[in-house]
Amino acid sequence: MSLLRSLAGLLSALASVMIAGTALAADLQTLVNNLTTGSFGDRETAIGALAASGEAQAAPILEALGAGRLYVRKSDKTVVITKADGNQLALTDAVTGKPAGTATEGELDRVRVNNRLRGVIDAAVGSLTLMSPDPRVRREAADSLLKRPDPAALGALDTAIAAEKDTGVKAAFAEARAAVILASPEASKPQKLEALDVLQKRGDRDALGVLQAAVNNAADADVKQAATAAAASVRQTLAAWEAVQNVWYGISLGSVLLLAAIGLAITFGTMGVINMAHGEMVMLGAYTTFVVQEVIRTSAPHLFDASLLIALPLAFLVAGAVGIAIERGIIRFLYGRPLETLLATWGLSLVLQQAVRSIFGPTNREVGAPSWMSGAFKLGQIDITYGRLWIVVFALAVFALLILLLRKTPLGLYMRAVTQNRPMASAMGIRTPRVDALTFGLGSGIAGLAGVALSQIDNVSPNLGQGYIIDSFMVVVFGGVGNLFGTLVGALSLGIVNKFLEPYAGAVLGKILVLVFIILFIQRRPRGLFALKGRSVE
Amino acid sequence: MKLGSIVRTGLVAAGLVAGAVSSAFAQAGAPIKVGILHSLSGTMAISETTLKDVMLMLIDEQNKKGGVLGRKLEAVVVDPASNWPLFAEKARELLQKDKVAAVFGCWTSVSRKSVLPVFEELNGILFYPVQYEGEESSRNVFYTGAAPNQQAIPAVDYLMNNEKVQRWVLAGTDYVYPRTTNKILEAYLKQKGVKQEDIMINYTPFGHSDWQSIVADIKKFGSAGKKTAVVSTINGDANVPFYKELGNQGIKAKDIPVVAFSVGEEELAGIDTKPLVGHLAAWNYFQSVKNPTNEAFIKTWQTFTKNPKRVTNDPMEAHVIGFNMWIEAVKKAGTTDPDAVIDAMIGVTVPNLSGGLSAMMPNHHITKPVLIGEIQDNGQFDTVWQTPGLLVAQEWSPYLPDSKDLIADWRKPMSCGNFNVVTGKCGGKGK
Repeated sequence: MSLLRSLAGLLSALASVMIAGTALAADLQTLVNNLTTGSFGDRETAIGALAASGEAQAAPILEALGAGRLYVRKSDKTVVITKADGNQLALTDAVTGKPAGTATEGELDRVRVNNRLRGVIDAAVGSLTLMSPDPRVRREAADSLLKRPDPAALGALDTAIAAEKDTGVKAAFAEARAAVILASPEASKPQKLEALDVLQKRGDRDALGVLQAAVNNAADADVKQAATAAAASVRQTLAAWEAVQNVWYGISLGSVLLLAAIGLAITFGTMGVINMAHGEMVMLGAYTTFVVQEVIRTSAPHLFDASLLIALPLAFLVAGAVGIAIERGIIRFLYGRPLETLLATWGLSLVLQQAVRSIFGPTNREVGAPSWMSGAFKLGQIDITYGRLWIVVFALAVFALLILLLRKTPLGLYMRAVTQNRPMASAMGIRTPRVDALTFGLGSGIAGLAGVALSQIDNVSPNLGQGYIIDSFMVVVFGGVGNLFGTLVGALSLGIVNKFLEPYAGAVLGKILVLVFIILFIQRRPRGLFALKGRSVE
Repeated sequence: MKLGSIVRTGLVAAGLVAGAVSSAFAQAGAPIKVGILHSLSGTMAISETTLKDVMLMLIDEQNKKGGVLGRKLEAVVVDPASNWPLFAEKARELLQKDKVAAVFGCWTSVSRKSVLPVFEELNGILFYPVQYEGEESSRNVFYTGAAPNQQAIPAVDYLMNNEKVQRWVLAGTDYVYPRTTNKILEAYLKQKGVKQEDIMINYTPFGHSDWQSIVADIKKFGSAGKKTAVVSTINGDANVPFYKELGNQGIKAKDIPVVAFSVGEEELAGIDTKPLVGHLAAWNYFQSVKNPTNEAFIKTWQTFTKNPKRVTNDPMEAHVIGFNMWIEAVKKAGTTDPDAVIDAMIGVTVPNLSGGLSAMMPNHHITKPVLIGEIQDNGQFDTVWQTPGLLVAQEWSPYLPDSKDLIADWRKPMSCGNFNVVTGKCGGKGK
């Protein structure tokens, strides 16, 4: 009997748990449904309500909403979280968290958000993920709270700080807490002053934003004064970093100039061919990258991160082959006639541009960045983007390889011999026409390599090369015709000068000033920075 | 019956007879020529080639319906090669040698300024499909793109009201459209109580590709504790490196949104848009607008170009509207004679692709809705805000001292593109 009774008791207990469970789910159901209806203003309220509900599902749902992965299935109005799965989307029921099959984009309606909502979601997710097991997520949570300080999150932050073991994340929490205190109207004056101190120590742009907001909103005169002082000191540190940043930007611009100009330093610098189609070789390199990526996208997507490495030799070969064809087909008939060479290669550049336009269309082509080239890291108070960093490394590597090639290989020796004294080299048994073709091919091939790098920062369009041709000639002439080291120094110094002028003079005037400077410089030193001396000049 | 109405009835009757005669005559006669003046080579080919294609498609479609006035249409395509003086030469060739009935063409303001005297001298008709800076109204030009109040000002209003932006970066390419637009915006913002120190203006050369310093500057300007936004009139090719740099330096739309006036679906086709989700654009049309007219148009376009992924954009829609208006006006006038068509154009109303009806106003500009869209990860825009009705273009901006007293009205008897309401005279600047 007692067994039966206890069984009945167990059953009723189970039933009540189940009822409570469904009631809970139903509650979450309405909260989630509210996210998908009404105006953006209504949804903002719904996000707040969901975040405050304390549901375990709230954080993943809000994250999905912010990332545009929350959908409503058209057939049964279920709210689902999606994940890309080949051509299909794998669905998870947002309320229950269980898998809900797959669907195509057409069967679903995306739950729309705008910028304002994304900000609100960020702050909400921030306070929900403070206790996440992943330290990276916790740090992100602290950052989003710092940018959008929400006084309601103070309690959650205090708990999180008490529980935090990682010192780095703990500091980030303390800074977020300081921002929250500054934004909170209830916080006391000493609390606020202490918060100002914490943020001043952080000393970056985000901290400056919070401090500046504190200056704008402070009710108390002392706090306002302290905030102004803190903001001023942060600004001073940042100004010092700005000079470092300008140098870095200059080096980065210089490396782009170097890449574009280094091929020209060979064809124009050592061979003396005014090659107006040089920019188009760069463009061919960029289009080769595009083609390689297209092939990889359709047939071997897992190789995408290696696409640039695969494109490098191909771009060198394509541009080099076109270069050799140009030299054999046109330029060799025009040696010693610079004006005709200029016109012929200029015409050729138009032909190449239009050919690419006919084949690939006039619009820009998308060349993606592999994961190791996207994003940025912080060095002190400056952001260094990986893309730019790799381009600097690549430019220097190409330069070093070229120097090695010219100094240490037989081909390099022949090239130097032919450019220095053609009749004598010929008399020594060097086949000068072949060396001419190879030299021109080398210069063009290097331009192709530059194209691979430039496809990462510029448009891949038929006009790509035009933007670089003037700058390339400028660098080669400034650095000293015929001198590779001159090209290196010329490119870097022009880049740095440009970047120091830009903040004061603006981009347009900055460029003009650099041109004027070069004109004056060439007046004084017609042979550029590092003039070649000796008989080979004549 | 008053004398006037008798005369008018008589004229209409005569017109009908003449129309019948001429159309009967024309059955056997030559097709009506339509000029297409868009760059197919050079820097602007990237944008303008598409417009040539859309015109060819529209003419093709119209011919399938039997042409107009019983005559077929024939496209005359010329290539001004992104060379501004060549635009004038080619326009002259179209009007004098080919004797085209109307020309659809130009993209940049400088190309329009270059052909303007030719169209006025030879009394031609030009349909100009691109959003521009305003401050112009010619009897021979129909502006089917947006004037600043149909694009820039609503966009700024949206940011101010919905995203509570208080600090503004006005970034543009250094030429007439961005400079004039920014001048108008600056005056407008100041009128709204924005202080000078909260406005930063920045110009860059055409095709600028190194955006590191400027993006860093924007970041710096944005860390002043006030919500900051960038209003971009950056044109053409320079946009791709600009957006790439924004993405790389981690400027997210929720921190510093960028609203662009020259970036459409075509421009986005060359960029990975995942880091750009949430940045904005203001146009009068987006491909993503859902209505039957637009869906039918996209389908025809993708079939015509034999490319199921081909995108549509705002200037294309402007040509669709302009072309349909011209057809209506020619039908109304019963002739392709420029004077008759120009008079018949005013008041013509045709469906636009955003789901409404656009009308040609007496100032030779059309009424348009304004849509604010956010960039999506698939390269399309998602409309987040839209004007409740259509806006009439203010060709002369009320925010500039030189133009605030001017209006344009090409109806008789005024027939003036810059009538000064203060002095009561046609021509001249405001005081």
